[in-house]
Amino acid sequence: MKSKFIASLLLGTALTLAGGSIASAGDKTVKIGALSDQSGLYADLGGPGSTLATQMAIEDSGLTAKGWKIDVISGDHQNKPDIGTSIARQWFDVDKVDIIVDVPNSGVALAVNNVVKEKNGVYINSGAATSDLTNAQCSPNTVHWTYDTYMLAHTTGQALVKAGGSTWFFLTADYAFGAALERDTTAVVTANGGKVIGGVKHPLNTSDFSSFLLQAQSSGAKVIGLANAGGDTTNTIKQAAEFGINKGGQKLAALLLFLTDVKSIGLDIAQGLNFTETFYWDMNDQTRAFSDRFAKRMKNGAPPTMVQAGVYAGVMHYFKALDALGENPHDGVKVVDKMKSIPTEDALFGKGEIQPNGRTIHTAYLFEVKKPSESKGPWDLYKLVGSVPGDQAFTPLDKSACALLKK
Amino acid sequence: MQALYAQLLVGLINGSFYALLSLGLAVIFGMLNIINFAHGALYMMGAFCAYFLLSIGGIGYWWALLLAPIIVGIFGMVLERTMLQWIAGLDHLYGLLLTFGLALIIQGVFQNFFGSSGLPYAIPEQLRGGMNLGFMFLPVYRGWVVIFSLVVCLATWFLIERTRLGAYLRAATENPTLVRAFGINVPRMITLTYGLGVGLAALAGVLSAPINQVRPLMGENIIIVVFAVVVIGGMGSIMGSIITGFALGVVEGLTKYFYPEASNTVVFVLMVLVLLVKPTGLTGRAA
Repeated sequence: MKSKFIASLLLGTALTLAGGSIASAGDKTVKIGALSDQSGLYADLGGPGSTLATQMAIEDSGLTAKGWKIDVISGDHQNKPDIGTSIARQWFDVDKVDIIVDVPNSGVALAVNNVVKEKNGVYINSGAATSDLTNAQCSPNTVHWTYDTYMLAHTTGQALVKAGGSTWFFLTADYAFGAALERDTTAVVTANGGKVIGGVKHPLNTSDFSSFLLQAQSSGAKVIGLANAGGDTTNTIKQAAEFGINKGGQKLAALLLFLTDVKSIGLDIAQGLNFTETFYWDMNDQTRAFSDRFAKRMKNGAPPTMVQAGVYAGVMHYFKALDALGENPHDGVKVVDKMKSIPTEDALFGKGEIQPNGRTIHTAYLFEVKKPSESKGPWDLYKLVGSVPGDQAFTPLDKSACALLKK
Repeated sequence: MQALYAQLLVGLINGSFYALLSLGLAVIFGMLNIINFAHGALYMMGAFCAYFLLSIGGIGYWWALLLAPIIVGIFGMVLERTMLQWIAGLDHLYGLLLTFGLALIIQGVFQNFFGSSGLPYAIPEQLRGGMNLGFMFLPVYRGWVVIFSLVVCLATWFLIERTRLGAYLRAATENPTLVRAFGINVPRMITLTYGLGVGLAALAGVLSAPINQVRPLMGENIIIVVFAVVVIGGMGSIMGSIITGFALGVVEGLTKYFYPEASNTVVFVLMVLVLLVKPTGLTGRAA
């Protein structure tokens, strides 16, 4: 009786071990966590749209037909780093999430970056701007997809200095993102012979900017640089028009402006603004086709912002890496290394590559907001005025402070 | 020095929103004993109402100033009749929780349909442009907001403190049974008062629409400041709310000038200081 018991115990253990190894050899399960601001000032540019973009990437990848089982869950970080990290921890520990995507708000993004590294997951950030994600705080688990503050500074910032904007005053959102954007733009302004003559830091999610605008106005600076985003930027632009800033000869530099922001300000006020994006829905047949499919599934019929497009393209590229690996090793560094070894190419961002520091580089476009008379539809908002190749728009590797490059 | 004058004026402009909103809160608290946490959501509804009137009915800003407060006020009266009146005799906490829940639901519904980034609402043709005051460029619209809200605030104060209707109202809150004995319909009076308070919030919303984006969460932040205003002014004190509203706008404006990072918290620091020195608020009477 006793020997029978021991034998069955041994047999059971052996079977479990064998079963385990069989399962891991062909493990084709993936769980994606779309972590975003679902309800606050960045919800329209990422939020539910980013979850939809992830879902569409799953459907378009064709992996399900090859026997993969891919799930997506979403979470709301409410623009608070502590909430963001606790969701990320729970996802890795309890829900067995493999990859976290989107995460707008640089403060939250940097905090989540540490958690993903600690848990050896994959992190494809599309929504956050801070260039620190691939510089001082770079991680072998992170790919930063769509844009960053270095790129914004070296495109919009540079173009404005060259167009005669020699003196600058900054209106900066008082957190990681604003600080990074102001720092990177200041470097560009001074390098090009311009001068920063002042600035003011405002709390995130401010509704009244008149005090700050008055200070900017009285500074006499030629350019007022807006180092803020989302609802903060739209309110600033709207109120700047009210205070006659443009008519007084000062130029507003919206360093970061999204499709949903322009829509929300309205062409009447936003017309003529110059800014940079890496994706616009109306670029070519491919972007239009994707955007049509996307808009049909969005509740408000909106085409994707560059952040949502970046989530789609980033996840698609992740799937390419998994497909090449043949299974999901659940080892973040291994998957990200594979992603870096494959050149990026997709319908939305064109050709590019992921650099060793995790930075995806692709072409950046300078746009101008159309006049109301030029716009042919509710989302026909941008006019292309120029483009900057990826290797010139993003941080050159020899200037990157990323520790991964010093191997 | 010039910049300082400019900040004082800008503070006054923001103060007029605080005053209008805190006035409505004070009226509701003073008369109904309800801490109306839904006030911010109703302010937002006022702005959305103006937007709908324009985009669907082609009804412009001037009519919106009249119609939006009436429409949202009626919505408020429905709320009062269907929900708030059942908790009238209970502890303040119940009213606070109920209205807070209502605010979350209303904001959630709007956010679900309109997203978070907001809808544009243009400044009316007649109030565009601005004038150079020497020390600052004053947009005409902002000047209009100060004058208009000052007039509305004083009219409301006059209605409640100096008219017969106001006297009935105040009596009805002191001793409803007695007032009812005089043949006055007290429940209807309370419903109308709630409607008035809500209407004031909606009016502030319409005034705010051309300056701020019409956004589902526009009331969420301002309501906290407005509560601080009401507490500093003395819960339920009409004149206290008006004066504190304008004064705090100015204090906040000055903070934005001298130390902008603290502009969101200065009001609460003041609230703590005032409550430590005078727990009933600046003009409040002891309960």
